Amino acid sequence: MAVDAGRFSLALSRRTKRRKLVNLLMQALATLAALGAVAVLALVIFSVARRGASALSWSFFTKTAATFGLSGGGVANALVGSLVIVACAAAMAVPVGIMIALYVSEFAPPRVADLARLVLDVLNGLPSIIIGIFVFGLLVVGSGQSGLKGSFALSIIMLPLVARATQEVLALVPGHLREGALALGASRWRTVLGVVLPTSLGGILTGTVLAVARAAGETAPLLFTSSIAANAVTWDPRQPLLTIPVDIFSLSESSLPADHARAWALALVLLTFILLTSLAARALLQRSRRRLEG
Amino acid sequence: MEADTMQSVAPVQIVQPREAPIRADRETVFETRGLTVSYGKSPAVSDVDLSVYRNLVTAIIGPSGCGKSTFLRSLNRLNDLVPSARVEGEVLYHDQDIYGEGVDPVEVRRRIGMVFQRPNPFPKSIFDNVAWGLRVLGLKDDLHGRVERALSQAALWDEVKDRLKKGALGLSGGQQQRLCIARALAVEPDVILLDEPASALDPIATSKIEDLIHELKNDYTLVIVTHNMQQAARVADMTAFFTLERTGAGGHGVLVEYDETQKIFTQPADKRTEGYVTGRFG
Repeated sequence: MAVDAGRFSLALSRRTKRRKLVNLLMQALATLAALGAVAVLALVIFSVARRGASALSWSFFTKTAATFGLSGGGVANALVGSLVIVACAAAMAVPVGIMIALYVSEFAPPRVADLARLVLDVLNGLPSIIIGIFVFGLLVVGSGQSGLKGSFALSIIMLPLVARATQEVLALVPGHLREGALALGASRWRTVLGVVLPTSLGGILTGTVLAVARAAGETAPLLFTSSIAANAVTWDPRQPLLTIPVDIFSLSESSLPADHARAWALALVLLTFILLTSLAARALLQRSRRRLEG
Repeated sequence: MEADTMQSVAPVQIVQPREAPIRADRETVFETRGLTVSYGKSPAVSDVDLSVYRNLVTAIIGPSGCGKSTFLRSLNRLNDLVPSARVEGEVLYHDQDIYGEGVDPVEVRRRIGMVFQRPNPFPKSIFDNVAWGLRVLGLKDDLHGRVERALSQAALWDEVKDRLKKGALGLSGGQQQRLCIARALAVEPDVILLDEPASALDPIATSKIEDLIHELKNDYTLVIVTHNMQQAARVADMTAFFTLERTGAGGHGVLVEYDETQKIFTQPADKRTEGYVTGRFG
């Protein structure tokens, strides 16, 4: 039998050409979709920066809102309010979140741990307006708003973030470290406190930073719990405090163009803060992963 | 290895052949009676009767899966950490059942130290690795002196005395393992359990650990699990041979023979032991 000349040919057949084309097309579409995500973020940052930058000034950061009809004024009370409320929320959520994570990864029987993780994920998925209205009904009705009630609502949002992030790092702590500590005659709790927690400090910090970034941008829970505030800088969390997101909301509802500019500027401040904290959180996580795995 | 411990006895070298039985008049530290450890429903090691004598090195040898490590970990109740593990029978430590009522596993582990297969120093400084256990147990007087003594006993002091504040993870594998030994010695235990302590180390680091074991038996009772028969022959006074007894689909570890190391390696009483030590194990 004669050898078929085309049988071993490496030249492109029509079918291969079509396959190459489809491959190229799909690759281009996927790349485009990924670029789209980057473009959306870039566009948001760009438009907020362009409209907000002009209203940024020293007095923007140091003064409270000007009396109606006068020019100037700033958002100092909102900045301080956000700082106080988020700090109080973190103070409530972080210790409890860490304890929950410790229970899930160190003490709970496997089935209970699975259930606890599920509960945390569901809690994380709850719409923030529901948390707002829950705290409103629980604490605000009858006794009025306050910064601390806002903090409590935010702490519910932070809790699952802190707990899940911490629990995931605790799971990375190698079992032989725990055994080493227990074999010395340390109790479970001393082992956790002396060996497990210090090893996972980076992850705990990451979870906290992420939760702070998330809580700083939440609006809905604060509308119910801490939105009707005096136009003055106050550090007292027992008073209702104005916060950055609530102030953005009310400024943008205003009829004055100067207020709109302030809303954009405040949005720029919030966006910058959240971008920086998210990046810091990522860097922290990378570092602690390397330390644990390396 | 030092020249005076070299003795040619085929097929492997024996530490010190003796005339009198080495366990005569020795205090019993551990005595297991009908010890069975199961994970879930299947026993990992079953019905072990074995006595460990004071200031001797007792080696546990046998093929993979014969329950050597499980047996060792039942001596300091480290199996308690595995939720499915169940222990039957008795482990008498100086005549007290460590699984008895009212016995706290934390107290057991404080007296019975352990060194693991993989060096597992804490991610702390060299000093804090040794001091941590002391602080936990409240042995805080003369902390520095205690740390120095433990590191010297583990033959590590000279290598680390100038960098005690440096991280322990910067040490070599062999140094890390000696640090773990120092950490175990610092809390003044009575017994040290060693679970294949040299299997992750190179030959030079291994020989340092073996020299150390020779030194330590003056003050401590040591039980060492090893898959390396030469190592057992080099370091152990007594040797227990475990094997895997097949039953249907699975199998469980059993103690085949326990005697002086020299006897186990030269005139084993059981065919299975002979097969294993001469390398004819199927």
